[in-house]
Amino acid sequence: MSNFTKTFSSSLGKKLVMALTGIFLCTFLVVHLVGNLQLFKDDGGQAFNAYAYFMTNFGPIKIVSYLLYASIIIHAVYALLLTAGNKKARPVAYAVQKGSQNSPWTSRNMGILGTILLVFIVVHMGDFWWKYHNAELPYAKYEISLEDPSIINVSEVAYSDKLLVHSEVVDVQAGKRIVVSKDLYKVVNNAFQTWWYVLLYVVAMAALSFHLIHGFKSAFQTIGWDNSKLVPIIRFLGVWVFGVLIPLAFAAMPIYFFFK
Amino acid sequence: MSNNMNLTLKVWRQKNAEAKGELVSYQADHVSPDMSFLEMLDVVNEGLIKKGDDPIHFDHDCREGICGSCSLHINGRPHGPKQGITTCQLHMRSFNDKDTIVIEPWRAEGFPVIKDLATDRSSFDRIQRAGGFISVNTGGAPDANVIPIPKVIADEAFNSATCIGCGACVAACKNASAMLFVSAKVSQLALLPQGQPERSRRVQAMVAQMDAEGFGSCTNTGACEAECPKEISITNIARMNRDYFSAKLFKSEE
Repeated sequence: MSNFTKTFSSSLGKKLVMALTGIFLCTFLVVHLVGNLQLFKDDGGQAFNAYAYFMTNFGPIKIVSYLLYASIIIHAVYALLLTAGNKKARPVAYAVQKGSQNSPWTSRNMGILGTILLVFIVVHMGDFWWKYHNAELPYAKYEISLEDPSIINVSEVAYSDKLLVHSEVVDVQAGKRIVVSKDLYKVVNNAFQTWWYVLLYVVAMAALSFHLIHGFKSAFQTIGWDNSKLVPIIRFLGVWVFGVLIPLAFAAMPIYFFFK
Repeated sequence: MSNNMNLTLKVWRQKNAEAKGELVSYQADHVSPDMSFLEMLDVVNEGLIKKGDDPIHFDHDCREGICGSCSLHINGRPHGPKQGITTCQLHMRSFNDKDTIVIEPWRAEGFPVIKDLATDRSSFDRIQRAGGFISVNTGGAPDANVIPIPKVIADEAFNSATCIGCGACVAACKNASAMLFVSAKVSQLALLPQGQPERSRRVQAMVAQMDAEGFGSCTNTGACEAECPKEISITNIARMNRDYFSAKLFKSEE
């Protein structure tokens, strides 16, 4: 076994893989949230559809997206490997063990929380990612006034395999810019009309919150980045940004569409 | 004595390493609150011996909290319900009359049960032998303070060195991980100038031995530092990880 393989098959090496993929997934969440904030724009989904097109067709982003899929899989597979090893490390269980008296609940339930998140990711990608790539979605036509871009006329265009995913024409004589794009916004809107579906998303975001409250700071501890200047910043980011702000903002999206 | 207690003990009895054990109930009556936990077990054992029964086997030595011999997982926690003490420093006043106390051995692949509550913790010795030392030529004792060491570093190294190797960290960890023990033993030398020549080799060898002994990996729950009788901090774990990764990934020597 080479030194490199030996490093990453050691207990610490496997934890390093968990930490690095975990931090990468956290940075992805920030990008994903910023993009999804377009959903709150009152423009019939024009900005959101343009963003969806950009994310799926811009080369560098495509490369990062493959890294992302790989990270999710590696994070889950290594979690399974580590858990299997940890189960073997205690072949006979305690009759009584009071973990609640010496450690936080989140830290003891990362596997359960992670499993909820994995199921959610599969459902979530099936709904939007898969549909956007493979399903025959209707198109939206946006006629945007050149004088005042806030005046947008939205109309539906039926699916046709001749249409580009996204196209833009400026008609100077008519004084408008015409954008036709695959209408992912409508898919999002329709998905969140069912109450139990909204609930599923909110529960998943609660799991995300608990997973990251422990996971974010834990990743830095594993890497060994725990100097006294940095720890307060990591604690703050882990709890308030990744544990509260980001899950809340994501959870607000299905709720917004349900009550819209 | 009016405030003596009557307790029910549920003790793990296991004939030998291979036998299948079970929890057995014993009555401990007229227990003085001033007894240490181990003295209470001594009294129970005397009763068992008088009846011709096999006494409960448990590890103990100094009985003043410095040797690391006593263990016992008491009511779901290593060394019982109090923080920062070993079982020999736990007194029966921490319990109430008519309590049921469940006493189990440390549970870990790396700590096989020898008999009843006594476990074989020689895995810790093997981890130490793998690299928990410095190699120096013997000779005349050097003058004190020849090598300057900042006070904070000296204190931190001393804190790490207070580890008594009892194994409570492993017992408390949901993964039976020995990271707190190993990281304390790595840190006490890695922090000091005398530990530098072997720093890189040491951390790699000790981690490799830790893995070979079948201990689990660290989930950063912090249970170990909460249960450590010497209150050793998980900062040691971060430091060891740092040393390990820098040795493995950023250095070209062995």
